[in-house]
Amino acid sequence: MTAPQHTPFYDSHLAAGARMVDFAGWEMPINYGSQIKEHDQVRQDAGMFDVSHMTIVDITGADARVWLQRLIANDVARLRETGKALYSAMLDDQGGVIDDLIVYLVADGYRMVINAGTTAKDLAWMEKQASGFAVALDVRRDLAMLAVQGPQAIAKVCQARPDWADAIRALKVFQGVPCGESFLARTGYTGEDGLELMIPAAEAAPLFARLLEVGVAPCGLGARDTLRLEAGMNLYGHEMDETVSPLQAGMDWTIAWEPASRDFIGRAALEAQRAGGVPFKQVGLVLEGRGVLRAGQAVRVEGVGEGVITSGSFSPTLKYSVAIARVPFATGEHALVDLRGVETGVRVVKLPFVRHGKQVYC
Amino acid sequence: MNTIPADLKYAESHEWLRLEADGSVTVGISHHAQELLGDLVFVELPKAGQALAAGEQAGVVESVKAASDVYSPIAGEVIAVNAALESAPELANSDSYGEGWFFRLKPSNPAEIGGLLDASQYAAEIGA
Repeated sequence: MTAPQHTPFYDSHLAAGARMVDFAGWEMPINYGSQIKEHDQVRQDAGMFDVSHMTIVDITGADARVWLQRLIANDVARLRETGKALYSAMLDDQGGVIDDLIVYLVADGYRMVINAGTTAKDLAWMEKQASGFAVALDVRRDLAMLAVQGPQAIAKVCQARPDWADAIRALKVFQGVPCGESFLARTGYTGEDGLELMIPAAEAAPLFARLLEVGVAPCGLGARDTLRLEAGMNLYGHEMDETVSPLQAGMDWTIAWEPASRDFIGRAALEAQRAGGVPFKQVGLVLEGRGVLRAGQAVRVEGVGEGVITSGSFSPTLKYSVAIARVPFATGEHALVDLRGVETGVRVVKLPFVRHGKQVYC
Repeated sequence: MNTIPADLKYAESHEWLRLEADGSVTVGISHHAQELLGDLVFVELPKAGQALAAGEQAGVVESVKAASDVYSPIAGEVIAVNAALESAPELANSDSYGEGWFFRLKPSNPAEIGGLLDASQYAAEIGA
């Protein structure tokens, strides 16, 4: 057991009263008192999350583009404007998901953000695949990353950092821009508008303090999880991993099939799956009564078959439980879940549940 | 805030118990338990009149994170439940030893109370 790693915000978390937990070897805030209050703050105003445990990798070199077109299932050729971001899966040869990631087109190449828990295997895989390509990978442990999310997030960041305001106000959704040593991106994982700020580690604590002053609430991993669940966003290791096809995890839209000549890793396996018929699909489940749906619970669809809940919790916005599940493709509008020994009816809906503070499924 | 009040008794399963002046006992979950669970969103309480054995399941708490059973620390008959907790489970987070109480028992064998943990034993139990 190695000692837990600390992000550049560690002392800021302790000073703000965080309850710390281990997450993928990092000591991170789970909450600062109440996860539900933090969740509501993001839906209604603005909250901030330390996401420095995630790994930033800069990719440069003459072959950066063609290499990424082979490495990931989405196509970086879709990035036509500097700063634009793309969400993608990185697949293995069998079409299993090694990780999900975001890649930005930047002036001298690409910037990729990968998950904390998968960093070691991702980097090993990327280095292996880089053989024969003119690419250089630079892991940016010198940067901290803070997500500021919510309807007031952009206004409050601009108030806290007037020197960034012009650059931020010019950003389109899913786009980032360098600003001195920092990189400011209008991306996130909550279903709200907001920013992900990549900054030199030494600037982390002052930025956190400044955002607290303008009323941005510190939020932990607990709220981050219920926010992304309501937003219907996948969490690596829950909705998908090497054993789950992206076609069964609601990630079809992230796979760039055209041009057919682009031979990305996993393509042949996915094409075979598609030709043979995909037996499962990803859906949302809603339990409008008492009780809470949890990851791992079996989902039974009468006359059709069985599936499983991949993520489930209480939705603070809707005030009842929702879940993401992988169910047989023929599943209709109703299913049954074993809730602590009681088979309970749930509604099957299309994801997401919540966007911009409001219920969106019906 | 004192998170392990000295005048209460505790069960290893993280319930607290207070002996009242009339000989009844009040039961809830400890500050430590609510902290481990995180925000509570649903609570199931026993029914008034129900007879509970020591260690018997008396209810359920569900938080954003997990579901957990609540046990009766001693044997007795349920003489009151905190109905306010059903509509406002967060009371067990914000005031675990006060407004967040769960149920009251008439002990069938008051001597069982002596077998529970005192505050310092409970503190040692949870590594506080």
